[in-house]
Amino acid sequence: MNTTESYCTFHLGDLYFGIEVRKVQEVIRYQKTTRVPLVPSVVQGLMNLRGQIVTALDLRKRIGLDDAGDDVTPFNVVVRANDGIVGLLVDRISDVIEANPHDFEVPTETLGGELRELTRGAYKLKDRLLLILDTDRVINGATQ
Amino acid sequence: MDDFDDVIKEFLVESYEGLDQLDRDLVALEDAPDDRDCLGSIFRAVHSMKGASGFLGLPKLERVAHVGENLLVPLRDGDLKFNHDIADGLLSMVDALRDILGYIEADGSEGETDYEILATRLATLLDNERATADPETEDAGATLSEDEVTEVVAELNHPESEAEPAVSSDADVVTTDSTSGEVEANASEVAHEETAEAVVAAPAAVAAPAATTPPASTSAATTSASESSSKQSSGSGERSTSLADSTVRIDVELLNKLMNLVGELVLARNQILQFSSTTEDAAVIAASQRLNLITTELQEGVMKTRMQPISVAWSKLPRVVRDLSASCGKQVEVHMEGAETELDKTILEAVKDPLTHIVRNSVDHGIEAPEIRRANGKSAQGTLTLRAFHEGGQVNIEISDDGAGINVDRVRDKAVEKGMVTFEQASEMSDRELTNLIMWPGFSTAAQVTNVSGRGVGMDVVKTNIERIGGTVDMNSVPGEGTTLRIKIPLTLAIVPALIVTTGEDQYAIPQVSLLELVRLDGDRTKNDIEFIHDAPVYRLRGNLLPLIYLDEQLELRTRRHRDDFDQTVNIVVLQAEDRQFGLVVDLITDTQEIVVKPLCRHLNGVSVYAGATIMGDGSIALILDVPGVARKGNMLSEQHEQIIKSGAENNVSEELSAQQSLLMVDPGDGSQVAMRLSTVARLEEFSASDIELSGQSEVVQYRGGIMPLIQLGAGENPAERDDDQRRVQVVVFTTGGHSVGIVVSRIMDIVQQVLDQDNASIIPGQHIIQGRVTELVDLETLVRSRYPAIFDQPTD
Repeated sequence: MNTTESYCTFHLGDLYFGIEVRKVQEVIRYQKTTRVPLVPSVVQGLMNLRGQIVTALDLRKRIGLDDAGDDVTPFNVVVRANDGIVGLLVDRISDVIEANPHDFEVPTETLGGELRELTRGAYKLKDRLLLILDTDRVINGATQ
Repeated sequence: MDDFDDVIKEFLVESYEGLDQLDRDLVALEDAPDDRDCLGSIFRAVHSMKGASGFLGLPKLERVAHVGENLLVPLRDGDLKFNHDIADGLLSMVDALRDILGYIEADGSEGETDYEILATRLATLLDNERATADPETEDAGATLSEDEVTEVVAELNHPESEAEPAVSSDADVVTTDSTSGEVEANASEVAHEETAEAVVAAPAAVAAPAATTPPASTSAATTSASESSSKQSSGSGERSTSLADSTVRIDVELLNKLMNLVGELVLARNQILQFSSTTEDAAVIAASQRLNLITTELQEGVMKTRMQPISVAWSKLPRVVRDLSASCGKQVEVHMEGAETELDKTILEAVKDPLTHIVRNSVDHGIEAPEIRRANGKSAQGTLTLRAFHEGGQVNIEISDDGAGINVDRVRDKAVEKGMVTFEQASEMSDRELTNLIMWPGFSTAAQVTNVSGRGVGMDVVKTNIERIGGTVDMNSVPGEGTTLRIKIPLTLAIVPALIVTTGEDQYAIPQVSLLELVRLDGDRTKNDIEFIHDAPVYRLRGNLLPLIYLDEQLELRTRRHRDDFDQTVNIVVLQAEDRQFGLVVDLITDTQEIVVKPLCRHLNGVSVYAGATIMGDGSIALILDVPGVARKGNMLSEQHEQIIKSGAENNVSEELSAQQSLLMVDPGDGSQVAMRLSTVARLEEFSASDIELSGQSEVVQYRGGIMPLIQLGAGENPAERDDDQRRVQVVVFTTGGHSVGIVVSRIMDIVQQVLDQDNASIIPGQHIIQGRVTELVDLETLVRSRYPAIFDQPTD
């Protein structure tokens, strides 16, 4: 009845996130970005994606996590948003998984402020929770 | 006359398109006779063609379209049922229209053909269908089998499907000409076989009109029609292709895509050029040069496709003014100058609405009612002038009216009343600044809110819209005489020349439109030449105080510099924002380049300092600075700032400007500073020390085919005795009465504007303080006279 949805999953610190595969354009290795002064630090900078200028957001900062430190080379999840594409920097990329809608739950009360705002809910997987990011909110609220 | 031709041309192109659409719609209607939308669109097409042809003075076209429209009205209203006869009649009308258009295109006339019979036929169709009484036409209608009609129609509309194009276009004309009945039955030329065949396939279609045309027998009409049509169609065929083929309507989306691709190509070209500059391979260099040229040409070409005259945006304004002035009881005349000025389509679209708004405002608020105008000694009729012209890579659009102007006091009261500014602020503002308050959000001075304008949203929206496309709006008003609104917008947004600078290790691009000049001061001069007015650094640029801001400070990459920090070499980019000049200090000035402007994603739009971003030759990204934005950020545009600059300058500059002298500063060789009036200097020359010869006691040099004696300005040693013959010698040339004398100096330092203590008329040589240094002012004439008095006495040759 309910169709299963595929998610591109990744790690940020201890947290495990997913974004609908259909919203993800590609995943690329970290590349140097050009900083943009005067904008909130959530904006990591601009990068050149095959001739297209893409804004890269530091997802850690966005959801209120501390800096990952220098030893982590982030990955870039390029997401199609309402107006153009945006790169989200994540610690480590994981598999594409199919999640069963029966396991889905709306955000739990236990999730802290920002994170609860930015997730649409979670899948209870066998051994852990997969938090589903609301990419529109992540992107739109980034610079406000 | 040319203008009129252009109008006709446009009308033709549009009409041909309209007719093609009519063909399609009519055929589609046969399958779905009750499609009201389709009927509506057909009606509108015919109606607008009628209107346009009436306007352009094409009576025949108008007549034909008119009878068509008559038939279409009851159809559209549902009073008449669409059937094959009607479709046929209407298609004949379409063909007739196309014929006339062909004639117009060929020689401007509407042709000799008489279309009264077609008109009668359409009228009959209308009457008959209404009355459903006339048996004769019923019969005629009956002779038309549905299949045959469909076949003909199919041929008309899908020439490639059944018959050869030539044949089908002939068939087009057959229906028309046979209805015209003007054909000669005994014409001797033998019709094309193909044509004949086509006509054989078409007689049923011809039969219907023929039935209402008693004198012409069916067969005669058919034969002769085929003949004349074969003559005509070859002609009209050529005609209709000429215009239709020379212009193509293209989806703007496609153009935008092309533009983007060209942008990418420019970037790739820049990369290739960068690579090829490091190679020795002649073939690579040649190929990249060619790529460079072709890319540039392609870029220009594609840009041109997007250019449209501003009249496109202006065209509806006279109507707006007319309606509006009528409803306000005012008399307004619209003048347009420079309607042919071209600008990019995107920009044109963006200025359309602001323009309309401004014009509405001018008519509603600016221009007074006739009686008031008369009372004020003006003509009853107000004038609204639209001017457009290119200037410095930008398009200027001026909208001026000769109305009442802006009441500055009322603006001030209103602004204070609305809490936009405090009373103190308002009282310090200049008239110009007050005038421009009108463009602040939430402002409206109209005492009465009309349904036209004055609702408080307006000018601020105009300003925002114009600024969004990189333009500026400035308002100037003289009470009682009128208001002028000046819009400056870039010619195109896509590819602009820019200056690349570096600050804080990042590259930034500054559009060259705003660039005036570059000044570099080395450490010593920075210390001396940068002055402070209330802690704000300024540089004296040729007598004018140029306020300075640091790019890294504006971008908040570092904290504000202290006075003592001004001892480094500075690179000043002198920029113009609105009507102010300011200096932007950057770390490094790298290059100028054509850059492709890419918009920033929406989230970053809020930062007004950036106009976009671009990709550099090496693939890195540089932010494009928005010069007015930077100026605003640095408070360069506030009047207060100007006041400060003025007050600082008043002490020593403003009154003295007129008494200024251009002085050439030289170093005579002993480290001191000597100044000479630039007006007395003929040229600056450079010689090799080996060129200097001795003539008696004098040093001379061969100069312009003569001998020029030299004077050592300093106490320096005799250059001719130096062993280094490669040394270059700087010489200031003084010329009088055809004779030149060279003054040898060690170094040419600068040219400065300076006010000297003495009376302008007789500057007494002696010591002055110039640029903070004790400087000896040398009068060249006195100097030369003291050494070579003879040349002043010699006659001029």
